[in-house]
Amino acid sequence: MNVSLKVTVNGEPREIAAGSSLDDLLRSLELDPRMVVVEHNRSIVRSPHLRERRLEEGDQVELVHFVGGG
Amino acid sequence: MTTTVDTQTDPPLVIGTRAFRSRLMVGTGKYRDNATMVRAIEASRAEVVTVAVRRVDLNRTKQDGILYHLDPDRFFLLANTAGCFTADEAIRYARLGREAGFNEFVKLEVIGDRDTLLPDTAGLIEAAGTLAKEGFQVMAYTNEDLISALRLEDAGCAAVMPLASPIGSGLGLLNPYHIRVIKERLTVPVVVDAGVGTASDACVTMEQGVDGILMNTAIAEAQDPVAMAHAMGLAVEAGRVAYLAGRMPRREIAVPSSPTTGLLD
Repeated sequence: MNVSLKVTVNGEPREIAAGSSLDDLLRSLELDPRMVVVEHNRSIVRSPHLRERRLEEGDQVELVHFVGGG
Repeated sequence: MTTTVDTQTDPPLVIGTRAFRSRLMVGTGKYRDNATMVRAIEASRAEVVTVAVRRVDLNRTKQDGILYHLDPDRFFLLANTAGCFTADEAIRYARLGREAGFNEFVKLEVIGDRDTLLPDTAGLIEAAGTLAKEGFQVMAYTNEDLISALRLEDAGCAAVMPLASPIGSGLGLLNPYHIRVIKERLTVPVVVDAGVGTASDACVTMEQGVDGILMNTAIAEAQDPVAMAHAMGLAVEAGRVAYLAGRMPRREIAVPSSPTTGLLD
């Protein structure tokens, strides 16, 4: 199967292989799961669950981290 | 000679479940580079260091998260909700910050106006109540307004953070009277947040009796941020000790310091 899904990551449209998990998404973006917080359709997914959480068509993903601020 | 007041006898600043030796808290925004930021924070001797929660920039290959530069074992990282204009947004950011971070503390901001960045106190009180019930230790950035401060304390805040003047303005302490009134009436710690421009501002603010100060721009935008951070650390300590020492009364007339007797004819 070579079907891809359309998802939105940090507000930008992206395509990812069907059946991909959030962990797969982070790997494809070369992000270290320890340094990023993942919000999937508005719910926070902790790192132990990133592999089991599959992406579906139209999903909204936010990847956030700490930056400088006051 | 012994002194009755020094920093050894000053108890630590206790906020919620945590005790801090330093009464200066510093932000991490607006530095020209990360190396300067780290050196400035070290020079300030602050323990509490604020950070913001933002999207990872997926178009940049370089990792630019602040955790690549700041050791969370050395500093107490306080996530803020800067940039939030509603209670719901602030609650969402607070939850993300808790996941990204290492503690239950949040510096809660709900901004009501883009030009002045003054807080939306209704949204603030709503968000504070929700987050306190979720187990957050909420430190709420608010106006120098007693009633808002009391409502935030009632909502369960661990500390209330009235402003000296608007964020990033460097205008210093505009309303010392209201800051004193808030400090006198609240049970939870009062940490003045925002508006300090230079060391004298920090010193005068601490002389009002508040428990601490949080600042960012005054250090980050100084010509020499590391030197200013050092000055701010000294000023906060000087202001604190001066407050504990108790200042002389103000008088409208002069009183000579030298003897008025024994003068020559």
